[in-house]
Amino acid sequence: MTLFHHLGKYVLLLKKVFAKPEKARVYYKQTIREIETLGINSIGIIAMISVFMGAVITIQTAYNTENPLLPTYLIGLAARDSILLEFSSTIVALILAGKVGSNIASELGTMSVTEQIDALEIMGINSASYLILPKIIALMFFAPFLTLMSMIIGIFGGWAAGTSVGAVTTTYYIHGIQYEFIPYYVTYSLIKSVVFAFIITTVSSYHGYFTKGGALEVGRSSTKAVVHSSVVILLFNLILTQLLLS
Amino acid sequence: MIEVNTLNKSFNCVWVLKDITTRFSRGKANLIIGRSGSGKSVLLKSIVGLLEIDSGEILFEGQNFTRMNFAERKKIRRKFGMLFQGGALFDSLTVYENISFNLDFFTSMTKKEKQKRVKYCLELVNLKNVTHLYPSELSGGMKKRTAIARAIVMNPSYLFCDEPNSGLDPETATIIDNLIKRITLELGITTVINTHDINSVLEIGDNVLFIHEGQNWWEGTKEEIFTSGNEELNDFVFATEIIKRIKPPNTSI
Ligand SMILES: Nc1ncnc2c1ncn2[C@@H]1O[C@H](COP(=O)(O)OP(=O)(O)OP(=O)(O)O)[C@@H](O)[C@H]1O
Ligand SMILES: [Mg+2]
Repeated sequence: MTLFHHLGKYVLLLKKVFAKPEKARVYYKQTIREIETLGINSIGIIAMISVFMGAVITIQTAYNTENPLLPTYLIGLAARDSILLEFSSTIVALILAGKVGSNIASELGTMSVTEQIDALEIMGINSASYLILPKIIALMFFAPFLTLMSMIIGIFGGWAAGTSVGAVTTTYYIHGIQYEFIPYYVTYSLIKSVVFAFIITTVSSYHGYFTKGGALEVGRSSTKAVVHSSVVILLFNLILTQLLLS
Repeated sequence: MIEVNTLNKSFNCVWVLKDITTRFSRGKANLIIGRSGSGKSVLLKSIVGLLEIDSGEILFEGQNFTRMNFAERKKIRRKFGMLFQGGALFDSLTVYENISFNLDFFTSMTKKEKQKRVKYCLELVNLKNVTHLYPSELSGGMKKRTAIARAIVMNPSYLFCDEPNSGLDPETATIIDNLIKRITLELGITTVINTHDINSVLEIGDNVLFIHEGQNWWEGTKEEIFTSGNEELNDFVFATEIIKRIKPPNTSI
């Protein structure tokens, strides 16, 4: 019952968000702003996590394939596929849900409890559209870049770690990441990242926008935003994998 | 003119406003007074449509606001200016951006024209050299005044103020009261003010509506307060020694 209640409220909110924008220029400016706060400001954390995850994936694959019957290029290949298929889209999305999701929910939550959203409504502005639409567009636009970047940095991290611990040579690693490379995996990942960006921004905005009460509730909304976005991401990961890869 | 007819509002089956009927006239400071928690803010928010009412209707110059859809309401709301109890300034914008916000959205003014307009509004509320500051860098009174400047920047036809001078020193409070009164007269707007500050009532109360237990308990002008025999109103207004002293001796409390 409550699930349907939330779902209905969420759909109604989205309807309000996608109403015709009243002044394109203002929205454009907001979107640029959001690209910076949501996208560009996430580059650092994504890069750092990607380099370490790439390294760990490579080293673990190397230790698990120490059997002499298995070719060494397998290490590069396995690392590439893990990074391309799952890490750079799903795991990066989960990290973004934590960073961007809590940011959005606490920003909108604070605006709601301090009546700033009411103030927008009184001015005759569609507050949902003005506040949320630029966030959705900004992250959906920027998430593929973050994913691509994460792929490159992850594979680089794998190489750096793999060669420095002596698990694989540069030649074999490069041979591995080129071996039977399927470009569609990149497309698949990028499609996923766009869908996940939509989930993160809308679910977090939903929790932030409807926050009632005070500072305590803002904190709660922010937690809910992260948890719910993550769960929905995992669910859609399953659905999308089934749809796009089978 | 704003007309409110038999307005009822409840939260989770608890009635906050019961059968409120009143009108707020143009060019006058219309005050809503009452104890803390009596429903003043709820009434104001119901009038502007931030809260959906259970029954009753609200008319702006005869137009039924209650029955309007979202788009029609938006059109009327462009004529609103509202001062919220907590200021509700946009945290992420400077004082200048807060005030010019409406101009960016609804006018095609050039940058120069906007600057002029913002400067004019800030002068009205007696603020100088603050345009570049963020709300968190302002004092309570400066926030209030910035919020007033933002509320009047579009030359509203209706001005709603929720506790415009709570938390201010008596002198600043009086300045703000008189400022609102002056704007109301000069621009010929319909102003509705929530307050529990008796000084404001006696300073600017053209029309006073006393809300008690969610009902329209008493209505009249500030002069009539002195001669009213309404017990609850008297208890509310003449609560402090100093105010008791200004009550004419020939009337009873
Ligand atoms: N969103 C809400 N949900 C439930 N109850 C509410 C809500 N808003 C207000 N109330 C209740 O309505 C009553 C009136 O509140 P209101 O804020 O209008 O008081 P007020 O007269 O403005 O008081 P103050 O002078 O302290 O601002 C209170 O009992 C309050 O608990
Ligand atoms: Mg109040």
